[in-house]
Amino acid sequence: MPFQIVTLWSDGLIWLLVVAGIGFGFLIARSAPLLAAWRRVGKSRVGMASATVLVVFAIIGLLDSLHYRLKLDGGEGRPPTYAIEVLSVLDAVATPLRTHNEKTYSAPFATRLYAKETVELPGGGQTREYPRLKYGGAHLGNDEDRLPADVAGKAALGLGLAAVLWGVVAALVTASVARREKVGRGEAWRRIWRGETPFAWSALLVTSGLLLALLLPLVALAGYYHVFGTDKVGQDVLYQVMKSVRTGLIIGLVTTLVMLPLAVLLGIIAGYFRGWADDVIQYVYTVLNSIPGVLLIAAAVLMMQVVIDTNPQWFATAAERADLRLLALCFILGITSWTGLCRLLRGETLKLRELEYIQAAKAFGVSSWRIIVRHILPNLMHIVIISLVMDFSGLVLAEAVLSYVGIGVDPTMISFGTMINNARMELGREPVVWWSLAAAFVVMFVLVLAANLFADVVRDAFDPRAV
Amino acid sequence: MNAPLLKITDLRLGFAAGRQTLLAVDGVSFEVGAGETFALLGESGCGKSATAQGIMRLLPSAGRIVGGGVELDGQNVLALPEADMRSVRGRRMAMIFQEPATSLNPVLTVGQQIGEVLERHRDLRGEPARQRMLELLRQVGISDPERRLGEYPFQLSGGMKQRVMIAVALAGEPDLLIADEPTTALDVTVQAQILDLLVKLQQERGMGMLLITHDLGVVARMAHRVGVMYAGELVEVAPREAFFTNPRHPYTRALFAALPEVSRRGAILTTIPGQVPSLACMPKGCRFADRCRYVTPISREQWPNWRSVGEGHQVRCFYGGPMDEEEIGEHAAEVLAAAPPQPAPPTLEVQELRVHFPIRRGVLQRTVGHVKAVDGVSLSLAPGRTLALVGESGCGKTTVGKAILQLIKPTAGHVRLNGAELVGMPAGRLQDMRRDLQMVFQDPFASLNPRLRVGEIIAEGMAALGVVAGGKERQSAVAALLEQVGLPAEAAGRYPHEFSGGQRQRIAIARALAVQPEVLVCDEPTSALDVSVQAQILNLLKSLQESLGVAYLFITHNFGVVEYLAHEVAVMYLGRIVEFGSAEEVLRSPKHPYTRALLSAVPKPRLEGQQEVIKLAGETPSPANPPSGCHFHPRCPNVMEVCRSVWPETTRHEATQTVACHLYTEQKEK
Repeated sequence: MPFQIVTLWSDGLIWLLVVAGIGFGFLIARSAPLLAAWRRVGKSRVGMASATVLVVFAIIGLLDSLHYRLKLDGGEGRPPTYAIEVLSVLDAVATPLRTHNEKTYSAPFATRLYAKETVELPGGGQTREYPRLKYGGAHLGNDEDRLPADVAGKAALGLGLAAVLWGVVAALVTASVARREKVGRGEAWRRIWRGETPFAWSALLVTSGLLLALLLPLVALAGYYHVFGTDKVGQDVLYQVMKSVRTGLIIGLVTTLVMLPLAVLLGIIAGYFRGWADDVIQYVYTVLNSIPGVLLIAAAVLMMQVVIDTNPQWFATAAERADLRLLALCFILGITSWTGLCRLLRGETLKLRELEYIQAAKAFGVSSWRIIVRHILPNLMHIVIISLVMDFSGLVLAEAVLSYVGIGVDPTMISFGTMINNARMELGREPVVWWSLAAAFVVMFVLVLAANLFADVVRDAFDPRAV
Repeated sequence: MNAPLLKITDLRLGFAAGRQTLLAVDGVSFEVGAGETFALLGESGCGKSATAQGIMRLLPSAGRIVGGGVELDGQNVLALPEADMRSVRGRRMAMIFQEPATSLNPVLTVGQQIGEVLERHRDLRGEPARQRMLELLRQVGISDPERRLGEYPFQLSGGMKQRVMIAVALAGEPDLLIADEPTTALDVTVQAQILDLLVKLQQERGMGMLLITHDLGVVARMAHRVGVMYAGELVEVAPREAFFTNPRHPYTRALFAALPEVSRRGAILTTIPGQVPSLACMPKGCRFADRCRYVTPISREQWPNWRSVGEGHQVRCFYGGPMDEEEIGEHAAEVLAAAPPQPAPPTLEVQELRVHFPIRRGVLQRTVGHVKAVDGVSLSLAPGRTLALVGESGCGKTTVGKAILQLIKPTAGHVRLNGAELVGMPAGRLQDMRRDLQMVFQDPFASLNPRLRVGEIIAEGMAALGVVAGGKERQSAVAALLEQVGLPAEAAGRYPHEFSGGQRQRIAIARALAVQPEVLVCDEPTSALDVSVQAQILNLLKSLQESLGVAYLFITHNFGVVEYLAHEVAVMYLGRIVEFGSAEEVLRSPKHPYTRALLSAVPKPRLEGQQEVIKLAGETPSPANPPSGCHFHPRCPNVMEVCRSVWPETTRHEATQTVACHLYTEQKEK
């Protein structure tokens, strides 16, 4: 094999989550009330538009979670050796972006560096000028004036491709609607745009159209230009933004994986059994809540850093080290953020345990654990789902803040937080280097906005009082 | 009759649902004169509250006034701009709501809430306003009004809050008072006080009153004229006398026939088959046609018009032929069914049962006192008999039920089931005993887990108690149970929210019966249901008792149900049983002053026999701090010196009747 598959811990967890999500989907399909709630989500235009955006982010994140190491050319007979660098499928797809490193800052769509440098002239002597970029617009040669026309041409090509692709998607969707509702294609098309289908296909089509129109020109241009510019060490900002998505998703998802069992188990135990168990759990979360979260996280991360630094033999590659630190961060965030959900669940359980169907089950002598699993847990699921989706965006933002403060992810790991942290110093220079910050901000904004809108729709659909 | 105060013509109200508007009130017309009480009667969901909200123009945001007119003193209220409407509400018509606990703002004092109306509509401020407030509070019968003005709603009892609410409504001196189920949330003795107050105030001020209620008893006591609503339409309008002596609409007659009463003991109550049609699919003909026993072919096709059947008595029905007289029944309670011979030894015996809840205060949560919810209750229940446990809210009757089932741990006392002591029994053995003792709860909407299918709900008890082993066997057992309670077998695969309240209560009964109990504790199983549905459930319980020989401990506050169903009656007051005996003895010759007052306070749904109500002062005290001596002495009309210090001995009268009252201990000594 020309490569060796590397499974980082976070990869394992994220794919586990995908499997769990699929399993959960099957469970939902079997439970009518949950299915009905998700159908309401599917009917909402806002919900489907934001879900489409989230799916794009998820695809980027998942592609970035398949890691491998290339086999080095070691010669015949020798044991195979592998590159020290751990790559992902996303890296492979975006190879030009990853390898087209300039010397330092360059603005979006620039063909020259952002700062003047002293250049040796071929005929001897020196001059101060903006040096030509190695990759950005290199195909233009000396004909730099052609840049606007070239960009417009390539973007138009991308747009054309997007239109074709969108047409295919729209045709597929119409055909499937037509088959399902047993009507002609024209009628199916009309129904989609009048919102008369049980699923908000119109929102999906509009959003995917917009996304295609935005992303395909970007792809068409990315090979020739640094669309979002380059950073201090000349790395393409677009590449950094794409890599940040995975970090954000892991922080948002894996953290909930840590906090969910804690919150659900402790919340139900406290609410259902009352007595000393309730006292202990309440005491624990009140204490945890009253310690400033940042302080706790800082202490834990710094300790973790010491452990990692004193045991370098644990890690084969730098990527593994960074990954462990990311997971540690998730774990710590999970430990500090379960209290809110736990409190909510305890309150709801307190209410549920007095309800008459629980009393009836007790009168039958049904065991406590069975009551919890059959009667209480299913009636708490809407709160769990709502708070999971709501927490996601908060955690992505928390990562940015923590990395900015310097207690977040490993400095070698690309994330929104580290990008913003690196860009911070450059905001003070003249002329301002704005693109790094702007790109991180816009992408994170879109991700969090989509997650928030989706959370709103999920909450409306699952809130039993709204039905 | 001179010009009416309120004139409603063809009022149509709807609720927006998606793109269409569903009509909740469809073409309702009536008039209310000054000094007149017009009662709007109907079961839940018939549109009576929506009518009231429409008149006040206080419909919820989805509500729409689709058409029709509301004239108040000749002025079209519906045409007024919202700004002018504000001076109509409160000033010319005022409203009292059902739930006194939520209709007052908890963070404002009584004085502030009344003062708000005075300032807005009477332009009174400062000292004159204060004088007026005191006057108003005295009018509504609140003692010590100076102190009450500065108090917050949480410091007042339920009846007191409703009095304050009435004072707020009267502050603007309205011409018309709309009372939306003003006493439904209150106990009978308090209800009697509030109804008397409303009658008195109306006579003093010559107000028109629109009374909305579902209770025929309240109608009989209060109304001058009655309108019956069904599925958004007014189906019968009649003066009080004609309404009670000769109701003409089949629906009205069915409502009367469905009432449980003494005279119907042993008989099967008349029920109305089917359900109220949903707003989305109203039949085009008469809306009652599908449930009507006098249905004619034409009533399925055409909407019946008003037909006059007497002086001021109109009915919306095609059928004009003779109607069965026995439906309405003989109201006078002639004889109670002869009590069957005292049967076998009791299945369930309760002795000196006590449930005390500790009151904890302070940082260390030390116990500073006890709420004596149940304080020495003794009962016994024989197979196939029904014992009714009667009392007002907060008297501890539900706690007794739960303590018998060991859902709440009794503090002291004995509960014996077939001779085995349940109190303090180890959990493992208690598990076996649970088969014989089950419970049906009050609210069919809260007693079924919404996430489980009906089949799973019913099978749960069987599985937990290991009654039926295999999955196949269990399925057929579930089907048999569903059939027993009158539901189709395919109901097992559906979820509870697909069923109506009555059907849900049937499911709850099937669940309890699944383990074949000997004793069934029924905790107000019909209080959340409409009269016609209540009749179905009572019929079901009765027939199940006859076929299975189950004994019922029937917890209720509804005397109609007691008269219809109970063999024995126990009356509870503040955690203790004050009177016990066979239904015949207790209902025909009540001994305890509380029982007498309670019985007299129940409004009777008929013209004659409205006996003088024995007025009880105040309300039930808190069980955390019960009065010394006899708990009832602060409210008792026959109070004596000894009552204040000593709890009376229980004395025996007649065959089985026992009373705890000093009136009778004295007699005995003599």
